[in-house]
Parts: sequence; structure tokens; C-alpha cells
Amino acid sequence: MKKMVSISEKEVEHIAWLAKITLSEEEKKLFTEQFNTILEYFRIIDELETEGTPPTFNVQNLENVFREDIVEPSLSREYSLKNASKKEKGYVKASRII
Amino acid sequence: MKSSYNLSAKEIVTKISRGESSAEECLSSFFERIDEVESRVHAFITLDRDAALQRAKEIDGKVKRKERLGKLVGVPVAIKDNLCTRDVRTTCSSKMLENFLPPYNAHVVEQLLKEDAIILGKTNMDEFAMGSSTESSYFGTTKNPWNLAYVPGGSSGGSAAAVSARESSIALGSDTGGSVRCPASFCSTVGLKPTYGLVSRFGLIAYANSLEQIGPLARSVDDLALLFEVISGYDQRDSTSIRASTQNYSEFLREDVDGLKIGVPEEFFGEGVDERIVKIVWKGIDCLEKLGASYSEFSLSTVKYALPAYYLIATSEASSNLARYDGLRYGYSSEVGSDDWSTTFSNNRKKGFGAEVRRRILLGTFALSAGYYDQYYLKSLQVRTKIRLEFEKAFKKFDVLAGPTMPILPFKIGEKIDDLLALYMCDILTVLANLVGCPAISIPCGFVDSLPIGMQIMGPMLGESVLFRTAYTFEKCSKFTDYSPKL
Amino acid sequence: MSKKITSVVVFSKEEFAEDVVIGLEVHCQLTNLRTKLFCGCSSEYRGEQPNTHLCPICLGMPGSLPVANRKSVDDAMMVALALKSEIAERSLFFRKNYYYPDMPKNFQITQYDQAGGIPIASGGEVSIQVNHENKQIRIRRIQLEEDPAKLVHLGSIDTSPYTLVDYNRAGIALLEIITEPDLKSSKEARVFLQKLRSILEHLGVSDGKLEGAMRCDANISIKKGNRVEIKNISSFKEVEKALNFEIARQRAMNSRGLKVEMETRHWDDVKRVTISLRTKEAEHDYRYFPEPDLVPVEISKEKIAKISQIIPELPDARLDRFVKLYKIPSYDAGVLTSDKAMADFFEECIKLYPDAKTISNWMMTDLLRWLHEKDIEIKEAKVTPQHLVEMIKLIDDGTISGKIAKSVLPEILNTGKTPSEIVTEKGLLRIASRKDIELLADRVLIENPKAVQDAAVDEKAIHYLIGQLMKLTKGKADPQLANQIIKEKLKKQSKSN
Ligand SMILES: [Mg+2]
Ligand SMILES: [Zn+2]
Repeated sequence: MKKMVSISEKEVEHIAWLAKITLSEEEKKLFTEQFNTILEYFRIIDELETEGTPPTFNVQNLENVFREDIVEPSLSREYSLKNASKKEKGYVKASRII
Repeated sequence: MKSSYNLSAKEIVTKISRGESSAEECLSSFFERIDEVESRVHAFITLDRDAALQRAKEIDGKVKRKERLGKLVGVPVAIKDNLCTRDVRTTCSSKMLENFLPPYNAHVVEQLLKEDAIILGKTNMDEFAMGSSTESSYFGTTKNPWNLAYVPGGSSGGSAAAVSARESSIALGSDTGGSVRCPASFCSTVGLKPTYGLVSRFGLIAYANSLEQIGPLARSVDDLALLFEVISGYDQRDSTSIRASTQNYSEFLREDVDGLKIGVPEEFFGEGVDERIVKIVWKGIDCLEKLGASYSEFSLSTVKYALPAYYLIATSEASSNLARYDGLRYGYSSEVGSDDWSTTFSNNRKKGFGAEVRRRILLGTFALSAGYYDQYYLKSLQVRTKIRLEFEKAFKKFDVLAGPTMPILPFKIGEKIDDLLALYMCDILTVLANLVGCPAISIPCGFVDSLPIGMQIMGPMLGESVLFRTAYTFEKCSKFTDYSPKL
Repeated sequence: MSKKITSVVVFSKEEFAEDVVIGLEVHCQLTNLRTKLFCGCSSEYRGEQPNTHLCPICLGMPGSLPVANRKSVDDAMMVALALKSEIAERSLFFRKNYYYPDMPKNFQITQYDQAGGIPIASGGEVSIQVNHENKQIRIRRIQLEEDPAKLVHLGSIDTSPYTLVDYNRAGIALLEIITEPDLKSSKEARVFLQKLRSILEHLGVSDGKLEGAMRCDANISIKKGNRVEIKNISSFKEVEKALNFEIARQRAMNSRGLKVEMETRHWDDVKRVTISLRTKEAEHDYRYFPEPDLVPVEISKEKIAKISQIIPELPDARLDRFVKLYKIPSYDAGVLTSDKAMADFFEECIKLYPDAKTISNWMMTDLLRWLHEKDIEIKEAKVTPQHLVEMIKLIDDGTISGKIAKSVLPEILNTGKTPSEIVTEKGLLRIASRKDIELLADRVLIENPKAVQDAAVDEKAIHYLIGQLMKLTKGKADPQLANQIIKEKLKKQSKSN
């Protein structure tokens, strides 16, 4: 049986960086603790032998669902960007890259 | 005479189309009820009174001009706030989307409007549908109309509470791991998680795409079938939409369970399921037997693996779905300052999301990350296959499976908020249908200490008709749906 | 007139380096599609106002769902067949998760070959000609994916105080073609890209001349050192520059004993340098998983057979045909077919003027040299097949000399005027009238009495006098006639003496 590894604070920090979520020091501690509790319980799935079992990505047997290459009207710029808080000259304004 | 808000959706349709009542009168009755109880129940995040009134007037015009009337003419509907409504704010109960105005309507919203329903407003939910109690909402907790100190269940808690409290005739929720059935059970309403692909997800703000479906909530199976007829059906904008011919589900509402074979998995009554619930639900099954069905107990050995598999799959998909909320095109955003984009995004996401959402995003990110993918995500998908296979086998033997919807009674607000695992465990019986993709319905089955209990009936893929028939027969016999909370 | 034209094929004089290993990830927009990959927004975003070609889907709005463009799959199949790739019976769309301001959803819908992913096609090869040798560049896989938005920086990326985003490009259908690390130089990279572009253009799926329609990322390592990824190379013209810069940078680091870091760098086409994006290695944890909102693509053998039937003539076949039919050297045919527009131009000319050799010679020498000097493509030049043929006909009928023609061609290319217009305007008509040349010859003989005297004994003096006559006419005199007349006059003078 594979053993589920426990997760360290450092790993939580890395995961938070991957997920682009800032965590406070307290949260880092709390989440680490909670993740370990949850994963400890989740360890139960290791019991189930699944070797050779294909994964279920989707419960359906659908394939080849397409749309035709036909142009549909786009939204007006004002309407598309009405929820964007920072705009300049019709562009959406984002922070610097580097 | 009953106030309009006490009428069933079917009765409202009949009255309005016969001209016995106007849509405006009917709507006013609901608004009076809302004024009376909403401050205590807090089912809604946004009420769209002006637009609703406007629509009621339009509908009355149609009636007067003897135009074709829709299947839900004049029926007030409450909509979970993760379904996009054009120019009406759609928040997912999150600070992140506090001011989000979608530029389009969800498919189900279009269908409701096409059938002349009246949208009352947007209902409260767990933030981004992540929860089973509606306590993680940024806009405050919804109260259970049967006892205001208790949670209504979740995540579609607002929709179930609105229907139960008679603030709305019918409602829409979404069900990723039980989010329609759990609050239906806790609030003593009927709730359906349809077969995956029967209702277009276009316009449903995604939590976990491969698991979730939009589902109807109603006070009776009759109304449920009527609403389901309207929202189900093929939509080319959702690639997972099934090209099944639209059915007249109301036709399946027959008082007849003669010869119906019910499978009762031992695991549905096993460890962690409240003894009082076990007793009540068995009574329900016995009742069905008396009405002509037969049942046998059997074992579904994979049940205990469902919850971890569900949470790992759901949070994995969620971690990706919720990546789009960076504050750029929509959503909570701090100033564009001297920070770089990565820091800005991370701060927006910290401030815009509540703790449970962040926790699930991180859990899902972890499950998909390098080195853990096979062990967590892929393993869960394999477990999912095993569960599906076991269900397929069960449905070769049985027409439906029955058991409790929830393993526990509605609990007090705040009672479980710090016990994460206990909260996750609430979903132990509901997540199965989401993993398998099959339909499942929760119907009122009785009360313990004046708190509602729901019975869950699951059917094979596209087996909605047998669920409606079973639920309808049970409802006619048990009459639990006639009960209403005293508010 | 048959000349070796190696000097004309105009790649930089970078030496062939055994220790350079380059692999490319080429992103080709399927420009023949009218709509984006997953929504009905028009794909014609070039020259449009920013953020005007958007809908909830390509903006990644909450609740929106993608639906795949049927034609994108046909296009991908055509490319796969052209590159001899194996088309997957069943392929899947995957999500590639990473954050960047150009990503509406902060994941890209693409395809993958690991974690259970299956791209639409795998394997294949492209043959290229470098230094007169044939070489096969292997293809690893071909996948369909969506284009990100376009970022606009104020000046250079590393000094811009903020970034502006235009989402119009977001969701445009891309075909990503990934090579094995078979390329050994920046020149090979350029030749490969040019060939690939020619193939796509012959298929009619992508117009590589459109700005940004063909972009690539390059992975490069030197002397088995760390692999550096260069992003944002916007055309095959840029690839050579970017790689040359990077090779020089890495060589300089090596010679100074510094370690080349494994990193991602950005090609800044304004400053013409690569800039470190300072990404952590961990950022490459893309957490790929199947896109749950899309269903598998299944391609039957029948469908493949049907698509094979509509594959048009490809550059390699066209090359062979040019050699056989027009009897031009294989190398020339290779150059001409490396650009569809060039090959079309050539055949258009032949329709008007059947001497393929002459056409090919003009194109391979003066025309190509000029295009390279200007760093433009034949489509961008103002020349038409009619122009070139007209010019050749002017030489044939003696209106201008071949030498004059060499000065006329750049004029045509620059201005788009017809050859006769230019000849008339600039007074370049050949002087072929005996009377005119005789008068000028008289003048030359009078002005050069010494040479006339020497002519009797020294052949060189005769040539000098002919040269003076040509100079006087700025080369417009018919050289044969000039020769003849000078000799006649000298003979006459010596007789009369
Ligand atoms: Mg790519
Ligand atoms: Zn679009």
C-alpha cells in the first residue's frame, strides 16, 4: 500500500504560490494542519485496488461535439469590459510583467 | 381562499392562464410574503422587484391578448446566485464577484423566460457552491425556515429556504456533490440532481464541471417535474449536453410503484448515519413496499471511497475553474500599483475569496501538482470508474436505490464550522450520484424534533421518469410535502 | 548565364556549430477559419480596435463554456497528413494551468501527450535543404490550442510601468507543431520555419505572412549545457536573430566560465535581445488535466481518407515538378517552392513567357537579392509577374540591354511602375539606330586622336574607343552595333590615310 505523504508548511506555501493566493503566516499553519487531517482521512482510497482500471474523465460516451465555423456577433467593447475595473484606451490595464 | 404564495406552481399557471388571477396579483402576494419573512430567513442576495413587476405586467398583457402562454406562466422562480443573469449581479456569494454583472443569461434562465416564469431574484449559497450549510456565504448565512437557529443545508441553501418559506414557488439550485439534495432534505422540499448532461450548464458558474448539474427545487414532485421539463433539453452551447428528446416528465407522475424493485445498500445506513434518520427512512421504504414495490438489501462496497474521490476531483477542477478570478476582466481588484502582476493577482485572490474557497483551491492545486497527480487525482478517477461499475451492476438488478439523503440532521448555525472533516462528511451519501452521473432525488420523508428528514432515491442514467414516479407515489401517500414551516 | 547562386540565399554567415541543439514549438494560427477555436467571434482581429472581438467564452467569463470549431479539426488533419504524422483515433483536450495576464481563464485549452493526454497527431517529419544538403527534421507532436491575448507594453517589456491587454486574439485557433531537437543552427531553424510555412500555405490553412500568424518558442542548449527557452519569437525572420543572440550570449557565458541557467527568456524584438523572465522552474508545473467541458475528438479511417483526397500539391512535390517540367536546377526549385507566393509568381510568369530558365534566373538572382536586402517578401514587393515578363521582353526585342534591365528591376520593385514606364521616364531606351551611333562614334574618334592612332597596331585601343562610346551613351548603345561601327570607321580612316 502506498503511503500518503504528509504535507509540510513549505509545501503549502509553494502550492499557494502556484495557485496565486497570498497566505498569512497563521493561515499557512492552519491550512497545513487541516490538509494533513483531510489527507489522512483520504488515505482510505489507497485500499481500493485500481491497477489497470481506466480513469473516468467524464461519465458520458459523447465524442465529436462541434460547432460550425460560422461567425456570430461579438459584444460591444463597453459591454465586454464593463466589469473590468482598470481600462485605458480600450485596453484592460494590468500590472507590469517584470 | 389560500394566498397565492401558498398555491403550487401548477395552480398558479392554471389560474393565470384562465384569467382567474393576474400575474401581478400573484407576484404581489409573494412579495408580501417576502416582506414578512425574508428578514428572518435571508434566502436572497439580490431581489429584482422592479424587473419582476415589469415582467408580470407583460405576462398579463399576453394573457389579455390571448397570446400563447408558457408552461410556467406567471410562476415566481428564485435562482441560485451562481447562474448568470444578464445585467443582474451574480455573485456566487463571494466578495470576488460582489459587483459582477454578467453580459448574458444562463441557458436555464433563457428557458424560464421563454416559458413566462418570473424571476424574483438571486438566492444565497455557499461561496462558489463550496459547502453544505450556506455558512460560507460572503453575504451572511441563510436560516432554516423550520428552525431559524439551524442551517438550511447547502450549497443551494437560499433556494431551498425560499421555496420552503413560501417566498418563491419554485427555485433552481446546482448540485456538485449534493448541493440541491442536501438543502432539499434539510428544508423539507423536493430536489433533483438530474442525469449529467440533461440540463445545459451554459451560464452556470463552474465549481466542478464533470460532476455538477443544475437542479430544480419545489414543494411537490408535480412542480418539480414541471420545472424540470422547462430547464432540461439539448443545448449546443454545452458540449456535454445530451441530445435526448425533450420529455413530458409530468406524464410519469403516476401513483404506481407496482413491481418496482428497490435496492437498499447497507452502506447507506451504516456508520456515521444518525440512528433516528435510519428509522425514519426505513419507514419510508416500508411505505413504498406497502404500495407495491419490493426491496432487498445489498452491499455497495465502494461507497466509502466516494467522499475522498469526490473531494479530490471536485477541488482539482475547482482549482483550475477559479484561476480566472484575478481581478482583471471582472471581480475584486485592488489598485494597479507598483507591484508586478503576480503579486497583484495573488493579493486580489487573497482578498476576494473566503477561507473555504481558498482552502479548496489549494487542495485541488495540490492534488494536480507534479508528484501528486497520480496518487491523488488519477487515483480518484480510477476510484470513480470502480464506483460507476458497481452502480451499473446494481441498476441491472434494481430500478432504483433508496436511502437517506443526509447522514445527519440539520445542525445549528456555527456548530460545525470549525470541524472541517465533519462538514465534508455530510456529503457522504450525495456525492455518489455526482461521481456516477446518475439522477437522484431527495423527497421529504418525515421529521425528527421538528427538523426535516429527506429520503434519497437514485436511478440509472436517464432514469428520471422512474424517480418521478416513485417520488410522486410516495408523496401522495406520505403527504409530507403538505407540511410547511411556521414562520 | 547559369550561375551558382549560393550567395543569394541570404542567411547570415553564422558558422555551422556541432554543439548547438535547438527544438522549436511553432504556433500557427489557422487563418482560414472564420471564427475562433471555441466561440463564434470573428477571427479577423488584425487592424481592429482593441477588445472588439469578444464574447463571454473568449473572455473566460464565469459560466461560459467552449464548443470546438469543427473545421479546426479538418485543418489539423490536413497538416498532420502533410507532415506524415500519425493522426490519433481519439484525442483529448487538456487544460494547461498557469497564470499570465494574457490568459483569460488562467489556463489554456490545449492538448498533451502525458498524464493520459492524447494530441491530435504525433510523429512526422519535414525535409529541409541547408547548404545544398537534405535533412529531415522530426516532428514530435501536433496539437490544437487557443491563442492567448495580446499584451501591449509601453516600450520594452522590462521597463513598461504597466501592461495593456487586448483580448481580440484570445481564443484564435492555433496549431502547435513541436519538433524534436534536430536543429543544429539558427539558419536551420529559419529554413525549417520557412519550409513549414510554405507547407501550411500550400494547404491553405494558414497565411504565414499575416502579422503574428506564425510564432514560436525555441529551446536551445550549447555544449550539452542547460536548456534555455526563448519565448515571443514572432516570425521566421526573427527566429534567426533571436537564436543568434542567444547563441552568442551563451558562448560568451561559457568562455567566461559562467554557468548558463535553465530559464525562460523573452525575445525583445525592440531591443533585439533576450531578457530573463526570472521564472522559477516550478512554474513549469502546469497541472495538466482533461478539459471537462469538451468531449473527445474521434477520427475514423474513412475521415482520414477523405481529407487525404483534398490535400493539394505540397512544396516537395512542386519542387520535383519544377525540376522535371521546367528543367531548372533542384536547388533553384527548392528556393522557389520554399515560399508559396514565390512559386506561384514563378508559374504565373511562365504562363506569360515560356522560357522558365530565364524567369528562374532573374528571380534567383536580382529579385531575391533585392528582397533580402529590403528584408521583405515577394508579396510585399510591388512587382507582378506581368512586370517581370514585360521587362524580359524589352530585353528580347532590343529596347533595353540586359545591363539596363538590372537597374530597371529595383525601380519596378520600389515603385510598382511598369518597365516601359520606367524606361521611358528615365530615358533608358537602347540606342540601336545606326545613324545615331555613327554620329556618336565620330565624336569619340575626334576626341581621342591618340587612341585612333594606336588602334592600327594595338587591339586594346579599339576596345578603349568602344568603351568610350558606351560611356557616352551610359551603356544604352547596342554593344554589337557600337563595336561594328567603330571598327568600320577606323578601317575607313586608315584607308583614307
Ligand atoms: Mg502550447
Ligand atoms: Zn468569443
